[in-house]
Amino acid sequence: MGARQFFDRIEPNFTKGGKYEKFFPLYEMVESFLYTPKTVTKAAPHARSFIDMKRIMTYVVIATIPCILIGLWNTGLQANEAIAAGLEPTGWRASIAGIFGYNPSNPLANFMHGFVYFLPIYITTLVVGGFWEVLFATIRRHEVNEGFLVTSMLYVLILPASTPLWQVALGISFGVVLGKEVFGGTGKNFLNPALTGRAFLYFAYPASMSGDSVWVPVDGYSGATALSISASQGFQDLAAQGITWWDAFFGTIQGCLGETSTLACLIGLAFLLATRIANWRLIVGCLAGTIGFSLLLNVIGSDTNPMFAMPWYWHIVLGGYAFGLAFMVTEPVSASHTNMGRYYYGALIGVMVVMIRVINPAFPEGMMLAILFANIFAPLIDHFVVQANIRRRAKRNV
Amino acid sequence: MEGLLALAVKAIFVENLALSFFLGMCTFIAVSKKISTALGLGISVIVVQSITVPANNLILNDLLKPGALSWAGFDDVDLRFLGLICYIGVIAAMVQILEMVLDKFFPPLYNALGIFLPLITVNCAILGGSLFMVERDYNFPEAVTYGISSGFGWALAITAMAGVREKLKYSDIPDGLQGLGITFITAGLMAMGFMSFSGVKL
Repeated sequence: MGARQFFDRIEPNFTKGGKYEKFFPLYEMVESFLYTPKTVTKAAPHARSFIDMKRIMTYVVIATIPCILIGLWNTGLQANEAIAAGLEPTGWRASIAGIFGYNPSNPLANFMHGFVYFLPIYITTLVVGGFWEVLFATIRRHEVNEGFLVTSMLYVLILPASTPLWQVALGISFGVVLGKEVFGGTGKNFLNPALTGRAFLYFAYPASMSGDSVWVPVDGYSGATALSISASQGFQDLAAQGITWWDAFFGTIQGCLGETSTLACLIGLAFLLATRIANWRLIVGCLAGTIGFSLLLNVIGSDTNPMFAMPWYWHIVLGGYAFGLAFMVTEPVSASHTNMGRYYYGALIGVMVVMIRVINPAFPEGMMLAILFANIFAPLIDHFVVQANIRRRAKRNV
Repeated sequence: MEGLLALAVKAIFVENLALSFFLGMCTFIAVSKKISTALGLGISVIVVQSITVPANNLILNDLLKPGALSWAGFDDVDLRFLGLICYIGVIAAMVQILEMVLDKFFPPLYNALGIFLPLITVNCAILGGSLFMVERDYNFPEAVTYGISSGFGWALAITAMAGVREKLKYSDIPDGLQGLGITFITAGLMAMGFMSFSGVKL
């Protein structure tokens, strides 16, 4: 007697004509989460492949694990350092973390302190987002997809640790319902749902999504992120603030829950590239766009705006760049679908992110908005690539 | 020169007529089903906009403003209350003339644009462009730049919208939202993407 027999026994209740026919998507979700789905494509044409949607989504979740681990540790480290510097820990989460002490040189204490902030946000996201997901699946008779696990994980990792839980719930609702479900669910949206929810919060509640006091979850602490220091005083000033390039690379700087560590994102990215879930053309395009445009701005220079002088190797370790590059740019649904278009799409993001960071004084960070902006143009890029292809072939075979 | 470039970037991205002022929504929503037609409409908006905004600028500065009629002996006549009717008249006349010129000399382009040209007469993005020109008191070179670039921004927005809508053909949209409903949601989400430029000071 195993779980398999249990599922086989209760399955008739959920299939057509069964007692709980309405809840089939729910049954299907739990079953296909534990076992490989039995359904296979029967009608031609189809290509044989070992990979299915479930495996793609699970791989992406696996790829975020380094980011989660380092993110948790770093969030706790930042909080514990603030407490060690003399601030009082406040709130129920901090008192739970207090069981392990507030010693910033104790990795376990740091990890647990980060964990008590990560877990409530993640549970809220899963419960609220899952509610919408199941509601739509039940009414519209489609399957609850593993895609939601990816969306929820990415969404949590790009939030500041001090985000109020009701805002977490609101953001994921917006992302799941308006970013994905109104278009018919996974694979049918045109914007990245996690980013849609995050951007909604960013514009609706700027006070708790940006600024100097939201990144470290300790009351009264105020410290600018590396990007806003660079925006106001220039990146040269980062060294004076005690932030070296390697700090930014390993991720021991302030920022959202899981996106500070470039190293962790690169490990995840390497995994995604090795399993061929991420398309390397997108990465090449994005890096080329960033490097090219920031070199151009370095040459142009500016007397009033210190961000013009920021070199490209700083751009890619600060803020959400590495996280966005690894998990958002490579998202196959909202990116361009043609190989040629992927270069252009990536380059558009790479240029836009530098442009927003450098030229737009309203937003110190630009990765999220750059990706959303490129999402809008991805179908158009595909269209022109296809048209150019048609014209070229027509010319060849007059 | 630098000022004109800044004005152009601002008109295309920061103050996009379609996605930050939501002007010209009727055509934006109605004619964005296919990329090719959206492109045609976009080009005609660029053409009409880059003719009417400078033309209205000349009318404002040489006929309507206080003191503009001093060459005819009316030193203190202020005709700006006639502005609105003049601008819309100019737009309607320009579109008619453009239509006749295209019909006579460039029949393929005329056929390609088809119904869109007369449709543009009542497009609020066009009148909006002229009224912004009046409100912000542009001089002639600025009016030319603003006309071309605001039209270009609108064309960019409607083409992107058509691209997204062609992609959405493969979506599974709930019955109640099909057609206009999902298009409004799409326009809103696109406007959120264009927010990345809000706050740019040029």
